Amino acid sequence: MLMQRSCRQVTLLAAPSRYWSSIPVAPPSLQPRLLLFLSQRFHDIETILSWSSWFKNRGLRQKNFFYGYTQQNYGDNIAAAYYILSLKGGFRFAGQSEWFRSDRRGKFNWDFMNHRDTSIEEVDVSNTLINYTGLENLVKQRGLCTLSVSGCAEVDDWFLSRLHIFQDTLEELDISNCPRISVGGLAALQKLRGLRRLDVSSLPRLQNPGLVAILLEEMLPHCHVTAIGYDHSLIYSHTQTDG
Amino acid sequence: CSALRPNRNNNIFLNTDLENQFKAFREKAADAMPGSDWTPFEKNRSLPPERADIVIVGGGVVGWSIAYWLKQKEMIRDGVRVLVVERDPTYSQASTVLSAGGIRQQFSLPENIHLSMISADFMRNINEHLSVLNEDPVDLQFNHSGYLFLASEKVAHIMEENYRTQRYAGAKVSLLSTTQLKEKCPWINTDGVVLASYGLENEGWFDPWMLLNAFRRKAISMGVYQCFGEVTGFRYTTNTMTTAEGDTVDFRRIKYANVQMPNSLEYQPVECAIVVNAAGAFSGKVAEMMGIGLGLKDTIAGIPLPVEPRKRFIYVVHCPNGPGLDTPFLVDYSGVYFRREGLGGNYIAGMSPEEEEEPETNNLEVDHQFFQKIWPHLAHRVPAFECLKVTSAWAGFYDYNTFDQNGIVGMHPLVNNMFFATGFSGHGLQHSPAVGRAMAELILDGGFKTLDLSAFSFKRIMTKEPMLERNIV
Repeated sequence: MLMQRSCRQVTLLAAPSRYWSSIPVAPPSLQPRLLLFLSQRFHDIETILSWSSWFKNRGLRQKNFFYGYTQQNYGDNIAAAYYILSLKGGFRFAGQSEWFRSDRRGKFNWDFMNHRDTSIEEVDVSNTLINYTGLENLVKQRGLCTLSVSGCAEVDDWFLSRLHIFQDTLEELDISNCPRISVGGLAALQKLRGLRRLDVSSLPRLQNPGLVAILLEEMLPHCHVTAIGYDHSLIYSHTQTDG
Repeated sequence: CSALRPNRNNNIFLNTDLENQFKAFREKAADAMPGSDWTPFEKNRSLPPERADIVIVGGGVVGWSIAYWLKQKEMIRDGVRVLVVERDPTYSQASTVLSAGGIRQQFSLPENIHLSMISADFMRNINEHLSVLNEDPVDLQFNHSGYLFLASEKVAHIMEENYRTQRYAGAKVSLLSTTQLKEKCPWINTDGVVLASYGLENEGWFDPWMLLNAFRRKAISMGVYQCFGEVTGFRYTTNTMTTAEGDTVDFRRIKYANVQMPNSLEYQPVECAIVVNAAGAFSGKVAEMMGIGLGLKDTIAGIPLPVEPRKRFIYVVHCPNGPGLDTPFLVDYSGVYFRREGLGGNYIAGMSPEEEEEPETNNLEVDHQFFQKIWPHLAHRVPAFECLKVTSAWAGFYDYNTFDQNGIVGMHPLVNNMFFATGFSGHGLQHSPAVGRAMAELILDGGFKTLDLSAFSFKRIMTKEPMLERNIV
């Protein structure tokens, strides 16, 4: 655990000019610097550090497995529901008003098993590890109206391009605070013709957030686009004004 | 003791002569010790190694993809020594960096569709494949806007057949009628359009230079040797056999590949086991060095590699009122195509010329008059493009397969250890990850394992059975 955290810190340290962050990184502490120095001198340390990223990928893949067994035995809706709850997200069935959520420790109420034939209408998987392969569990929910993936670190442009499956029914989409989304993925949202509310606030990789918000409004005329959390002030270059 | 801390030149005392002499002596002694790099003979470090297992001629995206997959598939560390030879370190004439960078699944041949789908999957997980420890993650700047093909009445049936093939192969494509097209893209003039085909997923465009550099960085980190030089000839052994009718056939096996340094007469013969011809538009010249095509007219030795460079122009236009963020990569039935570039109202447009009007290929000069042929079609299709301004243009080569415009992947029947991965005629970039893997399987495993590309072998050129791809842009 300590090794994993310091491995992440080492990679953060070695790439201080990450393209999606214009915030200057603070000078790192001793431990990640030591690990970086050791990994550049010894092959074993380098191999161990690359294993840690392999393990992280494996953990991500296990979270997003296709719930085929559940789907075979209990149907698509229960499989999707179980997947969302094991991701620590929440959902609401169509025709009902209460949400099924799992608490911080991952425990949830098993009552959702009673509703085998109701499809899911609203899904909130914000701040979870959902990604493109995990979306495979939700593709059968053709009645999906609301999807919130705010703050998900693994949601990227390919995830957005797969959302065309819900193009007729999706009305609300919240993709704020996702560090991997860029303009290329937002261009894929053109297929969601039924979209009425879109939230693209605080996307760190957007270079021109004001312009992108205007282009999105032009692209989806019936949709209300929310884009807060950006600094729209003009940047002055002081060096050019001197002599 | 504070007085003895080293100053800026790392001298303990002030810069005395004695101190500097001691420093020079220490440096010379370190050089003379074993383990240092110094040799009394002058060594040209830019020469390739004297021996390599696999020499890949051509450092474009296909060449580096093959190099990466060869290293990825080797069973033991340093199992194969791979050398990639690239003629031009600035990549000024390479087709990879001059391409429009699109990827699509809308082909008519199932093999091409599968190649594109596998490559799109690769690009989706590119950081799992190509990330290097302690380096920035790969960002391809992939725009997921999709390709939109328009069909007139004459070719609508071809589009429907292709749609069936694409859906059967698993590509996510949808057909649009004229009304649906008008609803989706209100800026289009649907005059003459009967049917449109739009790619929903895994289609769009990306930055080819980033993909090339990602492959190169990862391959070099896995131990691939890179050399900037030109392959000017091969040294080979010939095995002459006679057929039942009494004709002689020469089987050649490459022993050495002569790599000449840029701007110099110095060359290094690299002893190699396998040579991969991934030289793109210039593969024909490399094949001629082995005598492919220089034999008698009606023998196999007389069939040249049918790959030649064809020049294609791309014009950057600026139109302030043009279609917005949702512009797909639109390909009209007249052959004109365009796509959005950036967010500032710039677009990239081009057209494949007719067979008779092919521009000459001895340079990369742009013919600005050619744009006058493109503009009427553009303005007809998108009325907003009537007032546009051409801001810039460039030209690039297609490695055009004159036989049937599809790639040639596999071995040559008469040269026992030369593999080809060339002739993709404009879709080499989008197929490069999948072709690299297929070539690595062919070389290391002896046959195709995950995707069967035997339809693209040299055999179809010998038996003169073209496998035409109907959807070329």
